[in-house]
Amino acid sequence: MSQSSSLTSSPVPKGKPSHNLASFMSDYGIVIAFIVLCVVLSVVSPYFLGVNNLLNVLRQVSINGVLAIGMTFVILTRGIDLSVGSVMAFSAMVAASFAGASADYGLILPILLGLGAGLVLGSINGLMVARFAIPPFVMTLGMLSMARGLTYIYSDGMPISSLSSHFLWLGQGMVAGIPVPVLLFATVFIIAWFTLRYTAFGRYVYAIGGNPTASRLSGINVRRITFSVYAISGILCGLAGLMIAARTSAALPQAGVAYELDAIAAVVIGGTSLAGGKGRIIGTLFGVLIIGVINNGLDLLGVSSFYQQLVKGAIIVIAVMLDRSRLTNA
Amino acid sequence: MSSPYLLHAEGIRKSFSGVPALLDGHLALRPGTVHALCGGNGAGKSTLLNILMGIIERDAGTVRMKGHEVTFNSPHAALKAGIAMISQELEPVPEMSVAENIYLGREPRTRLGLIDHRAMQRQTCELLASLELDLAPDAKLGNLSIADMQMVEIARAISQDAHIIIMDEPTSAIGERETELLFSAIGRLKQRGAGIIYVSHRMNELYRIADDYTIMRDGTFIESGAMADIDRHRLITTVLGKELDEEYAKFNRPGDNTLLEVDGYGRGSAFQQVSLHLKCGEILGIFGLMGSGRSEFLDALFGAAPADHGEARLEGSPYHPRHPGDAMRAGFAYVTEDRKGSGLVMDASIKRNVTLASIADVAHAGLINESRENLATRPFIDRLHIKASSVDMPVRQMSGGNQQKVVLAKWLQTNPRILMLDEPTRGVDVGAKREIYAFMSEFAQDDRAILMTSSEIPEVLGMSDRVLVFRKGRISGELSGSELTQENLVRLSS
Repeated sequence: MSQSSSLTSSPVPKGKPSHNLASFMSDYGIVIAFIVLCVVLSVVSPYFLGVNNLLNVLRQVSINGVLAIGMTFVILTRGIDLSVGSVMAFSAMVAASFAGASADYGLILPILLGLGAGLVLGSINGLMVARFAIPPFVMTLGMLSMARGLTYIYSDGMPISSLSSHFLWLGQGMVAGIPVPVLLFATVFIIAWFTLRYTAFGRYVYAIGGNPTASRLSGINVRRITFSVYAISGILCGLAGLMIAARTSAALPQAGVAYELDAIAAVVIGGTSLAGGKGRIIGTLFGVLIIGVINNGLDLLGVSSFYQQLVKGAIIVIAVMLDRSRLTNA
Repeated sequence: MSSPYLLHAEGIRKSFSGVPALLDGHLALRPGTVHALCGGNGAGKSTLLNILMGIIERDAGTVRMKGHEVTFNSPHAALKAGIAMISQELEPVPEMSVAENIYLGREPRTRLGLIDHRAMQRQTCELLASLELDLAPDAKLGNLSIADMQMVEIARAISQDAHIIIMDEPTSAIGERETELLFSAIGRLKQRGAGIIYVSHRMNELYRIADDYTIMRDGTFIESGAMADIDRHRLITTVLGKELDEEYAKFNRPGDNTLLEVDGYGRGSAFQQVSLHLKCGEILGIFGLMGSGRSEFLDALFGAAPADHGEARLEGSPYHPRHPGDAMRAGFAYVTEDRKGSGLVMDASIKRNVTLASIADVAHAGLINESRENLATRPFIDRLHIKASSVDMPVRQMSGGNQQKVVLAKWLQTNPRILMLDEPTRGVDVGAKREIYAFMSEFAQDDRAILMTSSEIPEVLGMSDRVLVFRKGRISGELSGSELTQENLVRLSS
């Protein structure tokens, strides 16, 4: 309430507001939830804390992680990108078609083509949303179908396999004992965190999600920022496409179906508001990890994948519910 | 047990997470009267009203209606008991008709349980006629003016048999003519024996319509009595708890050099043929009713919705803003009338709002330098007397007056020469208003100038060197010196 502020305030600001348990929980609640989950799983399954298993979890989450980071940018601007799974599949197909073991295109060309394919489709999303004011839900729903169609057309419905060993390194290689996909995810995460935290661009992403009108009247080029977040999401779909093709040793036309749901779930579990303007990339990281650990834990416990979907869905709803009750109690 | 009061609240206390917002809320409302609830931003008025409406729960104290103690745990319960609140915050359903809005949730039914549209239409007609309101029952609510929407809310309150009606700043978004309509509706409500709790920062209104007053300060009841027994000066000093300087601290002096010339500006049907000139050191007032085109004109001058006719010159050179960025580079700043909607990012901190329009000044190669950002923000806290616990405080938690100062700080940070203020003191308490007036005089010096619109006549008269009056998208007259009177403003604007 507005009353409380001016009653207690002194005219000169000094220091930070004191932290109580409630604000601690709201800042770190997701971290605590993650730790609790890990403790529970390490008790019920002796394999959970093994180094191999933990690396396996990280490898499994890295693709969703890359998609969820792009999704965080989009959702912070009050948008949504439903097309990430399809755009990823198309990028994977384009990259794989130049990464055959027999053909000699090297590693650079398939990487550039894969990232480029994602960037082009993401930019189309961005252009239509920013310039022609198509609602993001509608535009990216359309792109979800169009990109999938393009993938089938481009591949004639056939998977592309027998990829070069250079290319497979992107999904299966190790550097200093750490899987390459995990390193890619970590790199993207650090860049994204830095961008949102320290750059003017990051500041604008929050501002236009918080209040697009005020941002526009403050001289911010709202269209350009809006366009950029979809382009970022697109290029990250391209990266995820490279990673998934390399990890599974093939580009499949039906790859990544419903991946947008996990990416959105990670962002939402991480506390980013679908209404825009509020959220943190670190939350998304833990959202991704929580989903990964739940999948892994249920695998270890031998729970069927049918139940995994049920549990994951319930956790999304509970996470948002807790977030809501925190907001109304504040 | 009978009581002379419709509503009697005593000793109401409320804290939010340990911080007291209300220490001793007290209000005694007599039937057939308008009761002015006065206090600065943060005095605890809204907390008290929200408790009366059942929106928040009280920690202690009693509320009695006609002598019976009551406790409401939801606005619905309060409404059932006959208390209704009309404020800007209560959102109607814009896609539904007037009749559907009035009977929302309690639509008349046919024998089959379907909504009886004919009965609803008829009852609405009777209701609107009894209030002498000229509204069509099937008009879409979203197409009505804010004033008419408020009238619909009032009609709704009456149709629910509310005999206690809380009005929180009902005139802050409506013009002179609509205010008259509201006041005559209030008059009819009084005749029916209803009691009205009226909150407004506009002193003139209180003296016109209120019978009783209650003053609160810092969450505590200070005094109450009959409006006739307290003069304006004592009312203001009691609200503030201190003596005040002159209300309109005006000490700017228009110079000779022309800063801005506008010639034949127009856009669509919003405004046409607007010409004006603004001198250095001048505060040029623009007066007009809602929908007179005044805000649209400012939008055009700021490049937010560019003009499609006419031209403007800034110190003789052509000025054609296509985007707000163009206007900002030329030295314009624009404080809009709707600070929540188009001024502030409500969830962001003071600091982030202050630097929103000037990130480049605190950034290097796209990277924000946070210590420079703090350094840029802090001076405004002192200079504009912004009350805040820190520059990291979210603006949502601030009072209206302090939020408005944050908007001003945002624009000062861009170093403007022409400051455009649209309703600069809407929803701002008396103390903060004066500070804003003093700031305006201070700003309009040297080679700077202010273009201000307002629908508050005393403010326009008190602060402007000259006034242009807008009517139906055109300038209907220019007033200065001794022509600057309330009568002339009203005559030219309506």
